[in-house]
Amino acid sequence: MTVFQAIFLVVAVVTLGGAVMVVTVRNLIHAALWLILSLFGVAVMYGLLSAPFFTVIQVVIYIGAIAILMIFAIMLTRRVAQEPGSSVNKGWWMAGLMSLVLFTALVWMFSTWSGFQTTLPQLPEGIDTIKVLGTALVSPDGYVIPFEIASVLLLAALIGAVVVAWERKT
Amino acid sequence: MSDPVNSISEWLRTILSGWGLSEGLITVILAVLGVVILATIVLVVDIMLVWIERKMVARFQDRLGPNRVGPFGIIQPIADVIKLLIKEDILPDGADRFIFNIAPIFALATVLLLWAVVPFAPTIIGADINVAVLYIVAIGSIGTLAIIMAGWASNNKYALLGAFRTVALLIAYEVPMVIALLVPVLLARSMGMQTIVAAQSPWYIFVVPLAALILFVSSIAELGRTPFDISEAESEIVAGFHIEYTGMKFGLFYAGELLHALTVSALIATLFLGGWRGPFVDQVPILGPVYLFIKAFLVYYLIMWVRYSFPRIRIDQMLGFNWKFLTPLALFLLVVVAILDKAMVGVSQVQYVLVMLGANLLIVWGTVIILRTYARVERKRVGEERAVAIAPESDLADLVGQE
Amino acid sequence: MISLSYFLVFAAALFCIGLYGVLARKNAIAVLMGIELMLNAVVINLIAFWRFRTPEMIAGQAFGVIVFAVAAAEVAVGLALFIAIFRRRNTIAADEIDLLKW
Repeated sequence: MTVFQAIFLVVAVVTLGGAVMVVTVRNLIHAALWLILSLFGVAVMYGLLSAPFFTVIQVVIYIGAIAILMIFAIMLTRRVAQEPGSSVNKGWWMAGLMSLVLFTALVWMFSTWSGFQTTLPQLPEGIDTIKVLGTALVSPDGYVIPFEIASVLLLAALIGAVVVAWERKT
Repeated sequence: MSDPVNSISEWLRTILSGWGLSEGLITVILAVLGVVILATIVLVVDIMLVWIERKMVARFQDRLGPNRVGPFGIIQPIADVIKLLIKEDILPDGADRFIFNIAPIFALATVLLLWAVVPFAPTIIGADINVAVLYIVAIGSIGTLAIIMAGWASNNKYALLGAFRTVALLIAYEVPMVIALLVPVLLARSMGMQTIVAAQSPWYIFVVPLAALILFVSSIAELGRTPFDISEAESEIVAGFHIEYTGMKFGLFYAGELLHALTVSALIATLFLGGWRGPFVDQVPILGPVYLFIKAFLVYYLIMWVRYSFPRIRIDQMLGFNWKFLTPLALFLLVVVAILDKAMVGVSQVQYVLVMLGANLLIVWGTVIILRTYARVERKRVGEERAVAIAPESDLADLVGQE
Repeated sequence: MISLSYFLVFAAALFCIGLYGVLARKNAIAVLMGIELMLNAVVINLIAFWRFRTPEMIAGQAFGVIVFAVAAAEVAVGLALFIAIFRRRNTIAADEIDLLKW
């Protein structure tokens, strides 16, 4: 086992363990903190895949914005978070079964694909992937239209969130 | 002699390989050693910061400050640490034990992590990653997490209120801070710290002073220092998110706060004041850290000066200042800098700097005019006669009618 | 030597855990957390395919960036909706928000 594999396994176990805690733990604040651990593990995965830009963006967006917003929302709706009773609905075992079936099906499907065992190729020499990504996102022959649509979507979400959560004084 | 850190590292590498260790293991050992040494130096500086801060605040407030323990009271922080260590460690009733204990560690660790990307000299840097500026933002958001963890786990309404306020503040001021950080990135065409430092001739504070000012203001807000210290406004919410912390756990928050100020100063010095650049630094790299710390302490002095000169502002004023003033200004500046930079391809460096500087000063002048008009309107509004008591609409109409 | 299979199986597991969270949890915010896990699994797949199959093309990373933007937008609107619902109905349990109009 190489060092790379060892790191991968440790990070994968931490991430998946965190994810399992997210969907099972009762206290929602704890679930959010487990989610942060899990997201951090995913950030390390991006690092392992030599995408450092995604590592930091993951921490900025998911941990710095999304997880903190969730903690805020949980605190604002706190009476519910501490409500007695089951935290899962009646059909939880069906959900679990379905997830298991889907996982088995996915793994089986992947394993029949010829590219499943592709080994790590060398990154092209002398290319700054961040520079390439930045150029691709804004160049007309690249992804400028999805990029602009994403910006419009973000603006729409910003305005929409304000409108929806606005407390109208009657 | 010219480059001691790298020669020591080479020397250690030879010794370790002499012991028959593998190449990968030696790299790991040296990296761990570097981290430990850097963290230790930074923490020792942190202890001295307690003394500097207390001495400075005393001078600003026309007092003497600590002067009993050692010459000029310089041993005072050691005495403080001993006091903190022997205090009782209290876990509040109903607190979330694990999160409560881990929050102060996070608070200090995130600040220490920032030093990984501060370049001390052309060859001395923790990690010269090509996303360093984004890394700073990312680590800053983990700091936010530490505060919300502390506030929630304390099971205290003042702590929670303090945490809420701090997070609202941090998230809001992150926006102008990131935009201001983008300006040097745009000028240097890189997010790597070493590239940004190397590209600074002249220093960026002379090219885009407004960006430096915006970064400075939003950094003070990120630090939660006066005039933005509503997170621990003593007269309103006692001590904010760290109200329940005692002993060394409080000490970690305190150390983290002080060190954060110096770290932010070092980052501003790196991004806008040329970092390690200075006379003779090419011949003698060891001068780099000296220059960096001189510049960092200069910025730190400015932060302290602001802290002890201004009163606290209300939370609505603070958020309004950010969203209605600082963020639009930063966005406008970024657009102007980007357009000018694109328009001035091929002009000489002197012209480039002069045009950039002129544009910045023009924006400042326009902003001051807008601010002055706004202040006049606001003064008029505040100065108007209003009914003081809060009464239902109908009563209010009667009151006004009687006058 | 590590192969693409590691990352694919890992992402599939993360996706399925997220799916379980979405299907089984009562609290709407917990459901949203499950969706975040699923989106993360998708981005891991995108980046892994880029790294292992086409490192000379940047398409995988570009798609990843778009997914991030969509995830941020989704959380902002979703949480705003939950807070609005909580104000009116005093609950954010997903199975109690069953009226089309009130």
